[in-house]
Amino acid sequence: MVDNSELDDIPGTTVFTAERSRQGYHLNQMCMSLMKAENRDRFHADERAYLDGWPMSEEQKQAVLDRDFQRMLDLGGNVYFLSKIFASDGLSYVQAVSTMTEYTVEEYQAMMLAGGRSPDGWRSKSERPS
Amino acid sequence: MARITAGLTTSHVPAIGMAVDLGKTEEPYWQPVFAGYEWTKKWADADPPDVVILVYNDHASAFDLSVIPTFALGTAASFQPCDEGYGPRPVPVVEGHPELAAHLAQSLILDEFDLTLINELDVDHGLTVPMSLVYGQREAWPTKVIPLAVNVVQYPAPTGRRCYNLGKAIRRAVESYEEDLSVQVWGTGGMSHQIQGARAGLINQEWDNRFLDLVVDDPETAASIQHIEYLRETGSEGIEMVMWLIMRGALGDRVQELHRFYHVPASNTAVGHLVLEPVD
Repeated sequence: MVDNSELDDIPGTTVFTAERSRQGYHLNQMCMSLMKAENRDRFHADERAYLDGWPMSEEQKQAVLDRDFQRMLDLGGNVYFLSKIFASDGLSYVQAVSTMTEYTVEEYQAMMLAGGRSPDGWRSKSERPS
Repeated sequence: MARITAGLTTSHVPAIGMAVDLGKTEEPYWQPVFAGYEWTKKWADADPPDVVILVYNDHASAFDLSVIPTFALGTAASFQPCDEGYGPRPVPVVEGHPELAAHLAQSLILDEFDLTLINELDVDHGLTVPMSLVYGQREAWPTKVIPLAVNVVQYPAPTGRRCYNLGKAIRRAVESYEEDLSVQVWGTGGMSHQIQGARAGLINQEWDNRFLDLVVDDPETAASIQHIEYLRETGSEGIEMVMWLIMRGALGDRVQELHRFYHVPASNTAVGHLVLEPVD
């Protein structure tokens, strides 16, 4: 049996395993469809109708509608696929990724310019305050 | 006979490509990044190789989740820049080297590296950003390219050891090709970065710099680094650095370091860059 306990011990991190990939298959393939301009137009014209065309779970659809990227990761999304959603919204990686952190976009950018997030305190869940 | 003349590693951050395409390379944010490649551009311009074997990963551009090859070799005559959702990058078509690619495919599979072979492939920023960093903006690229795409998106990526050994097999394969070709191997991606979750923005400068040292002088130790260490220490996307070990394996036991550059940040990422020559 595959033991993912070490992967799951990394705080604030969702490792895209084969199991998560299986759960997120249709969510990620829906994202991939947004590479085409005509699909982006259909998606933005009526997001609910577009999502209903895919065999995704209701939770996955709601997470997309809410632009809750952490929730999408939890439900099997992968950030390179999810980027097709935020790119179609006109957002950069920094703008979208920062929404999953404790920071505003400006604070996140300042953190990166100052050298990024230190790994200290972020290596194991045992290092995090509960 | 064909021979491996040099190797290099570089990050392949998409925003670097946008900075090139939009003429922003002199802006204060980007100028230090591009300054780190000035030496390399002169070096590359002086003597471009006949072929670059360019190790990179696709980022949900040409590959979706329907097929997930661990190692995929581009055997086509040419490769178009991908439309990644913003329209294709305004960069030249990447010309392949189908004859050497076919030789590599046969040699490597018989050497027990079971590659996927791709006769139709569009290439994304993972491949074209390194080309822009090394060769700048051109009407045509000065070298042919054989893309070697590695899955580092879905866990697990191939191990560092497997990548290092594949590099060694690439050297054997290149050296058994009859035509007199100069070949470089480039390993791209990294260095530390994480673009998802509450831990996003992670950068580990100490680890990255130790890895740069290991890639140059102690690749055996670098090849022993386990996935969990990359993930914990360098962020979930830092795992891309296993691709550097393919380059390093292809250069042989000892190398001379010609150039090194490290800079934080480019977008969410630590930029690392090495130019190495094999020492026979």
